[in-house]
Amino acid sequence: MATVQEKEYVAQVSKKLKKEQRALGYRRLKSNYGLLIGATIFVVLVILALIGPLFTNYGPYDMKVVDRLTPPGAEHWLGTDEFGRDLLTRLLYGARVSISVGLAVALLSSALGLVIGVYATYYKTLDHILMRICDGLIAIPGILLAIALMAALGASALNVIIALTIVFTPNIARVVRSAALVVREQTYIEAMHVQGASSTRIIWQHIVPNVLSPLLVQATFVFAEAIISEAALSFLGAGIPAPEASWGNILQASKLVIYKAWWMVVFPGATLVLSVLSLNLLGDGLRDLLDPRVKQKFRKR
Amino acid sequence: MLAYITKRLLSLIPVLAVVTIAIFLIIHITPGNPAAAILGMEASEEEIQQLNQDLGLDRPILEQYTSWVANVFKGDLGDSIFMKQPVSEAIAEHITPTLSLAILAQVIAILLAIPFGIIAAYKRGSIADYTLMGISLLGMALPSFLLGLFLMLFVGVKLQWLPVAGYEPLSSGLWEHMKYLILPGISLGTIQAALITRMTRSSMLEVLNLNFIKTARSKGLHEMKVLFKHAFRSAFLPILTVIGQTFGTLVTGAVVVEAIFNIPGLGQLILNSIARRDFAVIQGVVLVVTLMYVTINLIIDLLYGAVDPRVRLDRK
Repeated sequence: MATVQEKEYVAQVSKKLKKEQRALGYRRLKSNYGLLIGATIFVVLVILALIGPLFTNYGPYDMKVVDRLTPPGAEHWLGTDEFGRDLLTRLLYGARVSISVGLAVALLSSALGLVIGVYATYYKTLDHILMRICDGLIAIPGILLAIALMAALGASALNVIIALTIVFTPNIARVVRSAALVVREQTYIEAMHVQGASSTRIIWQHIVPNVLSPLLVQATFVFAEAIISEAALSFLGAGIPAPEASWGNILQASKLVIYKAWWMVVFPGATLVLSVLSLNLLGDGLRDLLDPRVKQKFRKR
Repeated sequence: MLAYITKRLLSLIPVLAVVTIAIFLIIHITPGNPAAAILGMEASEEEIQQLNQDLGLDRPILEQYTSWVANVFKGDLGDSIFMKQPVSEAIAEHITPTLSLAILAQVIAILLAIPFGIIAAYKRGSIADYTLMGISLLGMALPSFLLGLFLMLFVGVKLQWLPVAGYEPLSSGLWEHMKYLILPGISLGTIQAALITRMTRSSMLEVLNLNFIKTARSKGLHEMKVLFKHAFRSAFLPILTVIGQTFGTLVTGAVVVEAIFNIPGLGQLILNSIARRDFAVIQGVVLVVTLMYVTINLIIDLLYGAVDPRVRLDRK
C-alpha cells in the first residue's frame, strides 16, 4: 500500500515531468524558425484581410476615372487601377476572397480526403474502387481539370471552390490512406478488433487521430496550392468574375496595362508570393514539428 | 521485364477508364441543358433540339459515353461548334508552340538546376548552399504565370531586351522563334529548375558520403573528376526520374504560360473555348494533354524498370 507521502511524491514527479515536456515542446517550437516565420507572416496577412478593409477610405468598387492609373503616392498608397479604384483597398478585399477560397478548398478536400482515405484502408473492395478513381483524377493535370470544370460550371467563387476541391481531394486521400495503412497494422487496432469494437469506433476513435498530423501538413500545402490555382484561374479568366476583387483578377487586369502601371503587377504579385511562401514554410515547419523522425534523418547527414 | 511491362500496361486501363469518364462527364455537369448553354440566350427551342440531336445528347448517357470513347479510339474528337472544324485538326494546329515551349523550359531548367544542385551539395552548409536553397524555395512558391508577368514587366517593358508577347513559328528562323519563347521558357522552367536543384542536391549528398567517393579522392583524383565522373553519374538516376516525371507538368504549365504571352498553343485554344462553351474542344485538349502526360510517365517508368531492376521487383 502506498502511503500518502509516496502518492504525493509520485504526483510531484509527474507534474515535474509534464512541465519538462511542455518546456521541451516549447523549445522545439521556438527552434523551428520556418514554422514561426511562416505562421507570423500568414497570420499578419489574415489579420490585414480581416480588419484592413475597415481602415481604408475607399470602397473596392469606388471608381474615379480622373484618378485612373495613378502611381503609388500619399493619396493612394499603392496607386490605382485602370478604373481609378484604390489598389490597396482592392488588394485587401482580394485577400479576403483569395484566402477564404484557399481555406475552403483546404478544409473541404481535407474532410473528403480523410473520409475516403480511412475508409479505403478499412474495406478492401472500396479501396480498389476509390484508389482507381483517385489515380484517374490525379492523371488529369490539375489546372486543366479545373479549367474544364469551370467552363462547365460557370465562373463564380463557389464554383472555384467546387472545382479545386475535386482537383485536390485525390491527393489528400492518398496521403491519408498511406498513413492509415501503417496505423491499421498496429497491434492495438487488432486488439480493438478482438474486443469486438465496431468498425466505426475503430476508424474514428483510433485510426483518424493517428492520421491527423500528416493530414494537417498536407492541408497546409493544399491551402497554398489552392491560393495559387485560384489566382491562376482568375488570371486566365476562368475563376472569380470581375468586378469582384481577387489577387488573380487584379493581375489579369494588370496585364493589359503593363506598359503604364508596374504597381498593378508588383504589389498583388508580391502579396501572392508572400502568402504562398509563408504557407509553404508553415507546412515544412509543421512536418518537422509533428514528425521529428524526418528532421533527425536530415540532421544526421 | 516482360511481366513488368504487361503489368504496367494493364494498370493503365482503369486509369484511362476514369480519365475518359471524368472528361466525358464535364459537358454533363453544366447546370441546365448543355445545348442551351452552348447556343446562348437567344436560341430557339428548335435550334436547341437540333443541337441536342447533333451532339447525341438525347441518347442514354451510357450509349453517349461508349460512342464517344469509340470515336476517340479512331482519333475523332468531335467537331468544334464555333470553329466549324474537327477538334483533332484544331489541336494539331496548336500543339507545336506548346511542345516547343515545354521543351525549351525543360532545357533551361536542366542547364540551371544541375550545376546549382551539384554546387549546393558540394558546398553543403555554406552561404552558397543556403542562397541556392533559399532561391529554390522562392522558385517553388512563385507561380509560373506570376513569374511570367514579372519578366514581361522587367525584361520586356523596362529593359526592352526581348519582345513582351507574341509568337513566330520555327519557319521564320531559329532566333525569331526563340526570341519569343525565352521569357515564357524561363517563367515555366523556374519551378522545374527549383525542383531539380533540390533533387540533385539531395541525390548528390547521398552519394558523396559513400565509400567509393572516398576511394576516388584518396587515389588523388581531381575533385572535378570525382564530382562529375564518379559522384554525378551514380546520382543521376533519381534526377532523371524527376526530370521525366515533371515533364508532363511542364506541358500543362505551358498551357497556362501561353495565355500570358499570347502564344497560339493549346492553352489559348482551351481558354478561347471557355467563353464559347465549345465543349468538344475543351474535352479534346484535356484528353490529349492527359494522354501525353500518362504516356510520358509510362515511358519513364519502363525506362526506370529497364535500368534499375529493383523497381521491377518492388512492384510485385
